[in-house]
Amino acid sequence: MIIRGDEPEQIGLLRKLYPEGNYFMQGDEAIAYGALFAGCRFYAGYPITPASEIAETMARELPKLKGYYIQMEDEIGSLAAVVGASWTGLKSMTATSGPGFSLMQENLGYAIMTETPLVLVDVQRSGPSTGQATKGAQGDFFQARWGTHGDHPIIAISPTSVEDSFWETIRAFNLSEKFRIPVILLADGIIGHTREQIRIPDPEEVELVYRKLPANEEEAKYPFGDVHGDLIPPMPLFGNGYFTHVTGSTHKENGLRDVYTPEVHDRLVRRLHKKIEVHEKEIQKWEEYYTDDAEILLVSWGVSARPSLGAVIEARKRGIKAGLIVPKTVHPFPGKRIKELSKNAHVILVPEMNLGQMILEVQRFVRDEVPLIGVNKIGGVPLTVEEILKEIESSAERSRHRSAD
Amino acid sequence: MAKQIYTKYKMAKYLRKEALPTALCPGCGGGTVLNAFANAIDQLKIDPRDLVVVSGIGCSAWIASPYFLADTLHTTHGRAIAFATGVKVGLPDKKVVVISGDGDLAGIGGNHLIHAARRNIDITVILVNNFIYGMTGGQVAPTTPFGAITTTTPYRNIEHPLNISETVASAGASYVARWTTFHVYQLIESIKKALSVKGFSLVEVVSQCPVQFGRRNKMKTPAEMLRWFSKNSVPLSKAKNMSPEELEGKIIIGEFVNREKPEFAEELNKLIDEVAQHYALGGEDAD
Ligand SMILES: Cc1ncc(C[n+]2csc(CCOP(=O)(O)OP(=O)(O)O)c2C)c(N)n1
Ligand code: SF4
Repeated sequence: MIIRGDEPEQIGLLRKLYPEGNYFMQGDEAIAYGALFAGCRFYAGYPITPASEIAETMARELPKLKGYYIQMEDEIGSLAAVVGASWTGLKSMTATSGPGFSLMQENLGYAIMTETPLVLVDVQRSGPSTGQATKGAQGDFFQARWGTHGDHPIIAISPTSVEDSFWETIRAFNLSEKFRIPVILLADGIIGHTREQIRIPDPEEVELVYRKLPANEEEAKYPFGDVHGDLIPPMPLFGNGYFTHVTGSTHKENGLRDVYTPEVHDRLVRRLHKKIEVHEKEIQKWEEYYTDDAEILLVSWGVSARPSLGAVIEARKRGIKAGLIVPKTVHPFPGKRIKELSKNAHVILVPEMNLGQMILEVQRFVRDEVPLIGVNKIGGVPLTVEEILKEIESSAERSRHRSAD
Repeated sequence: MAKQIYTKYKMAKYLRKEALPTALCPGCGGGTVLNAFANAIDQLKIDPRDLVVVSGIGCSAWIASPYFLADTLHTTHGRAIAFATGVKVGLPDKKVVVISGDGDLAGIGGNHLIHAARRNIDITVILVNNFIYGMTGGQVAPTTPFGAITTTTPYRNIEHPLNISETVASAGASYVARWTTFHVYQLIESIKKALSVKGFSLVEVVSQCPVQFGRRNKMKTPAEMLRWFSKNSVPLSKAKNMSPEELEGKIIIGEFVNREKPEFAEELNKLIDEVAQHYALGGEDAD
């Protein structure tokens, strides 16, 4: 188990097992290695395409690092075991895809309500239902945000390449530990199964974050209390004699259930939200390309972000002022920045592999006057540079006509 | 008032006083189960700091979580054993106990129950079988006797009850016993054994829910239900020589299995030690 103080030994082991250098691997494998470098030492899961390679890699590599792999009887049990392990102090994760992600929703809500750090990887595949089991998609944008019931915050991260999958998985663990919240890694089957060259860093290059523990018995009495004024309660781990009570029901700061007092529920759920809102700057991350003078703004994420960038570069070559913003943290959504960028934009394009999901989030932040156009493709084949470029060109054409009127 | 009564109770030191009084109905078998569990812990001199108690959702799930003073994890409906699996792997040296109802553990959670038994992970499960979904208002459960009246079988139950202990025994558990809340001393002994056995152990406690089950099935009071348990219980040894017809409607009590076999958390740690040792000593690299 990797805990604070274990780093020197762990660094030595990681260096020996995965020496710094270039490797050729799949996105799924990069996620698994990212998790290992982030300190994940517990994995429970259930096989599903296109996420199974994460389980297979973890099953092979975790024991080398004294970590635990369990194949559970289903996805419900998998996330349950991950929550249980997290309360013993292990950095824990599971990985799944569409149908499995649906099964995990109830326990995801439990993890949110009990402020349990963990990483849940959803390697998105085509749906609804079993859909095209082996094909990638980007259809779980809102399932990640609103899949479980009730008012709740969430953090979801989406990587754009194999190497990015490695680093974003580490970031997912760090945010989860820091803010005591489950973090969803919204990967996708296309990057998950694509092989690319990635650089495995020296473990010392990787910054690790650990959950805050109670400083003394007094703090441990309030496992859900804002004892430090930063809205993030220290987490009294099981097995330390604190007699901690953890429940998914509405609870007071001491953990005991109170489902009748409106103020208790209001106070708890609002703190959960506020904890993420207040720290939004630290949580949000996005990339921008050619946005300074962009008249045609693209907003794209995950697997669609790369052909989008390709299309923007091509458009620039043709004298079209196109630019791109790629939200890496997709929830909470970097709407404020998009709002700023939209002020100069004549049109906004949102390429994604679904029939229009992130576009709704963009819509909430931009002026009604700016035309908002989805570039959507389903069927399991990624968007191409040409397809996106065509949309950029016809948008450029339309806005030229409009300014000529 | 209630708090004062509880503080006089001999096992009060094991209870979370600020959570008292319990939410269980007067006469509920859950109190007997809590008492038996506390006595077993006391007799074995287990430090509650070495205990993690996990439960699902339902009246029976509340028996120890929140009332027992230990680390307690009150989880989603049916999933307690899966949560407990993660806890046991993280804390292999602690006693991990699951206390929950028949609907929770054998209905919605039946899959986890069977697979934890198959894995033989060292978790002690105290399954409170009250033949009914008590908390949600007395609906039919997978354990409701054939012919019984419930709020969702108002004419009579036409399904056959699941024999939980037999199922878990054949799934591969190390220890399985069944008692009723009438057999308190045997129950305490069995809980003690279950806590001491290394491997998956199940103690099924047939318990009275006079409010949701008894009332609709001609046993209004807790005493009537206990009398029914006492009259209808047949020890395993005797049951072996009885025909299925004779056993119809009877509660078979006793120890179903008590055997040694490799335990999951220990095997997992052995495996990890071997693999880690191999690679630390210069075994081939990963890629
Ligand atoms: C997923 C889900 N389904 C249904 C429920 C509603 N529910 C709460 S308790 C319960 C039944 C509990 O029955 P049992 O385990 O037999 O416990 P008892 O109350 O009889 O002790 C149900 C169905 C729930 N909380 N979660
Ligand atoms: S409803 Fe039944 S099981 Fe629930 S507390 Fe009351 S008597 Fe006990």
